[in-house]
Parts: sequence; C-alpha cells; structure tokens
Amino acid sequence: METKYQKSKGLTDKNLTYCPGCTHGIVHKLVAESLEELNLIDRAVGLSSVGCSVFSYEFFNCDMQQAPHGRACAEATGIKRVLPDNIVFTYQGDGDLASIGIAETIHAANRGENITVIFINNAIYGMTGGQMAPTTLPGQKTTTSQSGRDVHLQGYPIKVSEIFAQIQGVAYLERVTVTSPKQLIKAKKAIKKAFQYQQEKRGFTMVEVLSTCPVNWGMTPVDAMKWVDSNMVPVFPLGVFKDTGEQNV
Amino acid sequence: MAKVLMKGNEAIALAAIKGGVDAFFGYPITPQNEIPEYLSKHLLANGKVFVQAESEVSAINMVYGAAGAGKRVMTSSSSPGIALKQEGISYIAGSELPCLIVSVMRGGPGLGGIQPSQADYYQATRGGGNGDYHVIVFAPETIQETIDIIKESFDIADYYRNPVMVLVDGLIGQMMESVDFDKPIRKRFIPEKDYATNGTRNHPGRRNIINSLHLDPVELEQHNLHLQKKYQTIRNNETRFEMINMEDAEYVIVAYGTMSRIARSAIEMLEEQGIKVGILRPISLWPFPKAAFDQIPATAKKILVSEMSMGQMLDDVLISDRGRREVAFYGRTGGMVPDPEELVDAILHFDERVVK
Repeated sequence: METKYQKSKGLTDKNLTYCPGCTHGIVHKLVAESLEELNLIDRAVGLSSVGCSVFSYEFFNCDMQQAPHGRACAEATGIKRVLPDNIVFTYQGDGDLASIGIAETIHAANRGENITVIFINNAIYGMTGGQMAPTTLPGQKTTTSQSGRDVHLQGYPIKVSEIFAQIQGVAYLERVTVTSPKQLIKAKKAIKKAFQYQQEKRGFTMVEVLSTCPVNWGMTPVDAMKWVDSNMVPVFPLGVFKDTGEQNV
Repeated sequence: MAKVLMKGNEAIALAAIKGGVDAFFGYPITPQNEIPEYLSKHLLANGKVFVQAESEVSAINMVYGAAGAGKRVMTSSSSPGIALKQEGISYIAGSELPCLIVSVMRGGPGLGGIQPSQADYYQATRGGGNGDYHVIVFAPETIQETIDIIKESFDIADYYRNPVMVLVDGLIGQMMESVDFDKPIRKRFIPEKDYATNGTRNHPGRRNIINSLHLDPVELEQHNLHLQKKYQTIRNNETRFEMINMEDAEYVIVAYGTMSRIARSAIEMLEEQGIKVGILRPISLWPFPKAAFDQIPATAKKILVSEMSMGQMLDDVLISDRGRREVAFYGRTGGMVPDPEELVDAILHFDERVVK
C-alpha cells in the first residue's frame, strides 16, 4: 500500500507532552517537515527555551541545546558563529522571547545573526500556570491580572513583529497562525522560507506564530482557535513584516 | 619567541590565542578592556570568532552555545560583569562544558570602583549561580604565571568538561612585565568532544543534547553525584600552591595574587629584623590547598591571612587549619593596595589582629 502521509523524520518517536489542543504540536510538525523537505535535519542545531517548549529537545530529531530563560538567541549566536554551515534555530515562547529575552533577541536580529527564530505567541505564561505575558491582551484575565490586563498598570501587549520589522539585520519576518488548514499552509511556507533564507546566509529570520493555550485560557481547543482569530489577530495582524527578497542576494 | 615586555591584559589575550581559543564573547568593562580589544583585532584577522555582546548575560550564553558546539571558548570581565555571568556559569557547569572565564577584579560592592581588589574571592570560589557546582579557579601572581595558566586552562577545561576561571586583579591586568609565551605546558590527554552539537551528520545515529534540566529528582541527584565525583578528582589532581621561605618560620602569611607579591617584600623586611616568616601561596583557590596546612612546619604557630578584601579567603584558611594555629587577618579594600610595611606592621602587632 502506498504511504500518503507519515510523521516527519524531523520529529522523534517521543510522545509530545503538550496539553490537549495546544498548537505547539502543529508548529513542531511544520518545523520538522520544513527541515526534512530542505534536507537540513542532519545539519540542524535547535535551541529549546524555558517554558512549555523546554522539552522540545526531546521532540526535534536533531542536535539540540537547552537555553537559560530568554537566552536562546545568545546561545544560538555562539553556535552559529563557530559553526556557520550548520542550521541553527530557536523555538521560544512569548515570555521567553518578548519579556526576559527581548535584549538577546533584538541584538541577535540587529547583528543579522544567520539564525531562524520560531516565536510562539499565545499571550500567556503556560508552563508556570497562566500568568500575564508581555503579549497578554488588554482586559485579558490571567492569574496575575485577575481583573483583566489593565494597560495603565501593566502596559500594553508588545508587538514583536512590528518592532523587529524596523531592524536592518532582519531578512525575513512573518506573523502567522495555525487556526485553519489555509493558515497552516501559509505558516508552513513562512517557516520553510525562513530556513531557506538561513541556508542562503541572508540574515536573521523569524516567524511569529499566534498560538493557543486552551488550558490556561479556560477554553475548549476549538474555542481557543476561534479566540485567536477573533481576539488576537486584531491586535497582532497577520502578514509579512519584512522580506528582503532578492535584494540582499 | 624571545622575552617581550607586555601589559597583563594583552598578555592574557595573546596567551588565550596560544592556548588555541576559537571564539571570544564579551562586553566592555574596566579594568579588562585590553583583553577584548586585543582579541577583536587578532581573532578576526585569523578567521576566528569575536563578538561584542549586548551584555555580560548574553556573552556568557554565547560562550555556552559555542562550548556546546565543541569549540575552545572564552569570555572575560570584571566584578559586576562576572556577577551578571553567574547564571550562565551555573548552566555551563551543570551541562559539563569547558570554557575559560577571565576575571579581572575591581573594588566593590555594587558599581564599586575600578582600582585593584580581591573582594571577589567568594564570587569566584562560591559563585552566585544556583546549585551544587564548582568552577576551577586559578589565581596567578605574575603576568608570566598568568600566561602559563591561561594556556593550560583550555586543556584543563576540556579534560574535565568544566569551566576554568583565571582570577587576577586590576593591578596584574594593567601592569607590564617581561614575559615568555613559549614556556611549555603540561601535556594532557584531551578526550574527543563527542558531545558537540554540530549536526547529526557528524555523529550519525546519535542526537547530541546539551542540557542541565533533569525533572526526575532521582536522575538529578545521580547527575549531582557524578559531578561531585568529578570535583573530587579535580581536588586530587589540580590543587596548586607554593610554599616560600617555610623552613624554621615562626609566622606564615597566607596570600594569593598581588597580595603574595607584597608579602614577598614584607618577609624580606621582617628577615632583616630577625623574624622568620614563610608564605603559603594558594595558586588554585578552588580547589583550595587544604593539605598545604599539614606541611606548615611545627615552628610556625601563627598564621596571618592577608587579602585585598575584608577577609574572604580567611574562611578557607580557618576551615583548612582546623584550629591548629592562631590566625590573624590584615586586609585593605575598595581599590587600596597595601605597602609591604603594612604587612610588617601586621606581623609585629599580630596579637591585635587575631581572629576571634
């Protein structure tokens, strides 16, 4: 019988430890398939970060390093600078990238480090139990903003892709979701393009994925998907924020 | 290479190149800036890696990444900067990776000052990172000794898969001495870096993972027991000290780095006054040379600990001497470097300085 579909060789056989309905699993699959299709698995070095995805070193079927909270882009810089022909990627959540690690991330981007960042934005701290994230929406209830995020007290959701679009070292930057098959195909294309650009040594590439956290949002997986489209997308609009295209080649 | 006159910090940089450094990651801070300045020029010119990071935190994590990738990596900094690196040092030690950290001490606490100090003994030997880990710490007293130790440090770090810190103060960093870069170092067996995350094409059939996370307490305790076993091997093999003028000594001064140089002058002055004083100079601060205290002759009943701090190594002396002798302390701090006369005076007024 002909095999029409199978698990990517970019993933190990470990069972994912993510909560039911969480989109980490989908994004893992897209990253793994992209690496496989570009024949990069055996050259890849991934960085797992602190948060729900800390165990991604168990799931991506390539060499991995586990980074201290927020430091993945610094660690990735160290690896890529000494191994320029390897493919180096980080997989980071919003607390890790946009709060404690914003300096490491922005400076890696500014240096044009030839790495790929997969940025999971689910507007909450998942691993620690649903605290307010830098990307939490105004009015969104979390365990540390129990009456809803008050922008006068707690500031505004930080718009990472909008900020990074200004940085010259960035070669490719797109914000996507995985809430429908159509969006998923777009997301896959973006991730694959980011790795292709890295292969072509064009500079810093990042794909921001608006993601779900049904457990800490207190929603069913289906409602969580709908909430991304109805509540997150208006604050974090989708699209290509930067694409150096042919100009840097 | 014949002897050359060279500034301490630049000598550290050149010694690192001679030791085979592949990559340097750092952030500017006085009084160690000549190290990154020298390396920025000479590493890049030779196809090696130099990155000025956005912070010390980032620099040590770049070290973490590049060390995990299997390269010879270093960073350098000074007191408040080393404080910022502690998180990364704990991860590097926990993940068992080799690297060299050069610490050029200045006065503290806080932003402190920029003059020489030894007030980071605790920082170096106890560390500020979390967990039961150790960094191997060497504290040379001359630029020549610094060069020799730096060259050897990469081998030591590789052999034990552990960070090595070379601890000097701003005086050694800033002064000039006549030095030789070609003194041979001890040949060591360097194990293959089969842990390196350089892509599975370089090690088919095995994924390499650099990690310090062990959520299962049984597993984490086993990991710690393994580390402790390694630390005991390091204690057995790498403890270094020098005994100076110890025969028939009545007093012993315990001092390292710049302070031991001052002590060398002081004991000559005391000799002229008919007072015999020896020096116990720890070269490795961790592991601390505990056993050296068993070799102090019976004639010496009094120990003066002298540091450019308010008494930090003093703790290790008290632990190591175990009440066998009277221990007194003399220290200056905040960037003040004592004259030999002050140590002479401290010996002459020993009883007033005894640590109760």
